[in-house]
Amino acid sequence: MKNVNIMVVGVGGQGTLLTSRIIGKTALNNGYDVKLSEVHGMAQRGGSVVTFVRIGDKISEPVVEAGDADILVSFETLEALRYAHFLKKDGILVVNDCKIAPMTVVTGAEKYPENILNSLKKQHKVYSIDGGAIAEKLGNAKVLNSVVLGFAANFFDFPENAWLDTLKNTVPPKTVDINVKAFTEGLNYGRKL
Amino acid sequence: MKEKKLMLGNEAIARGAFEAGVKVSSAYPGTPSTEISEFLAKYEEVYTEWAPNEKVAVEVAIGASYSGVRSLACMKHVGLNVASDPLYTFAYTGVNGGSVIVVADDPGLASSQNEQDTRMIARSAHVPLLEPSDSGEAKEFIKFAYELSEKYDTPVILRTTTKLSHSQSVVSLCDRTEIPDKPYERNVKKYVMMPGSAIGRHIVVEDRENRLQNDCSDFSVNRVEYNDKKIGFITSGIPYQYVKEAVPEASVLKLGIINPLPKKIIEEFIKTVQTVYVVEELEPVIEEQIRSWGYDVKGKELFTKQGEYSANMIKKALFGRDDKVFEQEKTPNRPPILCPGCPHRSVFSVLNKLKIHAAGDIGCYTLGAVAPLSVIDTTVCMGASISVLHGIEKAKGKEFIKNWVAVIGDSTFLHTGINSLVNMVYNKATGTVIILDNRTTGMTGHQQHAATGKTLKGESTYAIDFATLCRAIGVPNVIEIDAFDVVRLEKTVKESVNGDILTVIIARAPCALLKGLKFPNICTEIHEKCKKCGMCLKIGCPAITKNEDGTVKIDKTMCNGCGLCKNYCKFGALEIREKE
Repeated sequence: MKNVNIMVVGVGGQGTLLTSRIIGKTALNNGYDVKLSEVHGMAQRGGSVVTFVRIGDKISEPVVEAGDADILVSFETLEALRYAHFLKKDGILVVNDCKIAPMTVVTGAEKYPENILNSLKKQHKVYSIDGGAIAEKLGNAKVLNSVVLGFAANFFDFPENAWLDTLKNTVPPKTVDINVKAFTEGLNYGRKL
Repeated sequence: MKEKKLMLGNEAIARGAFEAGVKVSSAYPGTPSTEISEFLAKYEEVYTEWAPNEKVAVEVAIGASYSGVRSLACMKHVGLNVASDPLYTFAYTGVNGGSVIVVADDPGLASSQNEQDTRMIARSAHVPLLEPSDSGEAKEFIKFAYELSEKYDTPVILRTTTKLSHSQSVVSLCDRTEIPDKPYERNVKKYVMMPGSAIGRHIVVEDRENRLQNDCSDFSVNRVEYNDKKIGFITSGIPYQYVKEAVPEASVLKLGIINPLPKKIIEEFIKTVQTVYVVEELEPVIEEQIRSWGYDVKGKELFTKQGEYSANMIKKALFGRDDKVFEQEKTPNRPPILCPGCPHRSVFSVLNKLKIHAAGDIGCYTLGAVAPLSVIDTTVCMGASISVLHGIEKAKGKEFIKNWVAVIGDSTFLHTGINSLVNMVYNKATGTVIILDNRTTGMTGHQQHAATGKTLKGESTYAIDFATLCRAIGVPNVIEIDAFDVVRLEKTVKESVNGDILTVIIARAPCALLKGLKFPNICTEIHEKCKKCGMCLKIGCPAITKNEDGTVKIDKTMCNGCGLCKNYCKFGALEIREKE
């Protein structure tokens, strides 16, 4: 198999790390070599965070570099814009349509760019979802990452069951049902596109 | 078939220590090394603890080793500075049970105050150093490190870097090997480093390094991968992965032992391959030694001494090639910030209002240096806040520090802040020290410490009381205060900086991210009352955002209801309500 390079980006605290771990485990369970790179420490505190997952027969470098990403999953629109240049020419950009103003914008030092999704669509294949709204409809804003993961799963070759198996084994036992629901909602939303 | 698992480098190191039969481990948390101890603590067979600092951790490992069992100490790169004192002499005494010190370097400064290179310290301390390049190797190398330690009677350093510690790759699990305890025997010539014994041990150290130098070309941790012999790379650790990605057709000598360098296989490689590049992050440790043997290799004239490498960087340096398709868009920065409900914000908002300078320390609260709080003036190393303030007072006099304080976290105070405070007491200081007591080691992800009442293993234990401790060492004025009581805090800080006696203010409230913490309240804006004055924005809370008309809006999914913003709204536009 050709290597598949994935990036998961967002704002510290949005659950990007858990999402990339589930992608990594699912790939491992399907017999692939996997490398996954995480961000810990100070950068996690509300900053811009990036995790990388690489899947293939034999992976060397644990990070994805500019120009090499097949799939970029972003939990926030500004972060999608920040990292879109990591995509390959025909790479896929999966965006959670949510706007979190960084402190530099709140204090007025900088401006949050307008119409990010539209300008991204001019160069990239963009698929967006309002994961926050779906999560809230399900009654738990914290399952946002499972909604987005389910949506993104449409762009991978793994069967639905493979995802659900990892999800069930990764999220806290008490939250399995709601996370499975959230994943399925996201998956089905993507299928309708 | 062996069980295969996707593991963080740090988890693999813990697994390796477990499989190697380690019995005692001591560490102080520090990114990127923290998770090693947290994973190791899950194995019942291994005694695992948090020490107050890295010097203590290494000394505990030394004691365990002398007694005859395999021991471990873990830390980040700057932690090894604190532990250098025992390290340099541990190199003289050698071990009884094998002993390994895991040190995690942070090229790229993900969460550190400098980019120092542990390989330099290993050289000057004459301690062997191994460097793996993925999780699987990390597990195997630490097991090899214990064999090396016992065979050559020396502590061994296992060096990791952020990318290795915090990336996951596949590991095959093995069972634990139980190593029988060695008997303890009194041996003054070996374990009591007074001059008479140390003279003899220094000879042993040099002899050991010569033997290692002779033998290490045959160690299984090194690997030669001959390919196209026109171009070859000597590399180790994570940079090996970048080389393989960037130039898969090249020959590679992958070094597993970095100190001492395996001279024989390096010479053979250089003689076999036409052009040899040395690729190593940070300092030219390998390159300079090879050059000193009279060989011409290429290295730092092409590759930087700074930050993390990447395959693209190597390609660019060698071939001027760049795989990038799209240009990066200009985007507003998103630097890390203090969390909603963080008690440090409350203290900093008061210091900001009073226009006070703070000598800072290492922890989340370093973020108090940036706008809009802009309170912290200095950050050097663990514990330095208190001694830096003292130095300023002794240089410029007590009037000069009437608008200064030192701020230090609870865990950092226990690490090395206590010594500095003793110095203030002893040398008649008049400054104000604020202990930001958030009941945990915050930045590294909530580790217990000597004042939390819990051990690394989760057992209940004695909790040091800061007020009692400060009074016991002679601090004349000790005040305990709720970190969110901004009215009392403001009054107290004003009085103490203007006073002429040494004061410690213990500002206490738990870290907002602590598990099990309940937030019964939430903050709400009253749209009609907001005058767009922007005062509430000055506290830099990420839960406060602006509507398009310039009025303020609270992000309900982020707000933890600490109520700090309400104190800064003169118009009553912010209210604290019970959560529905």
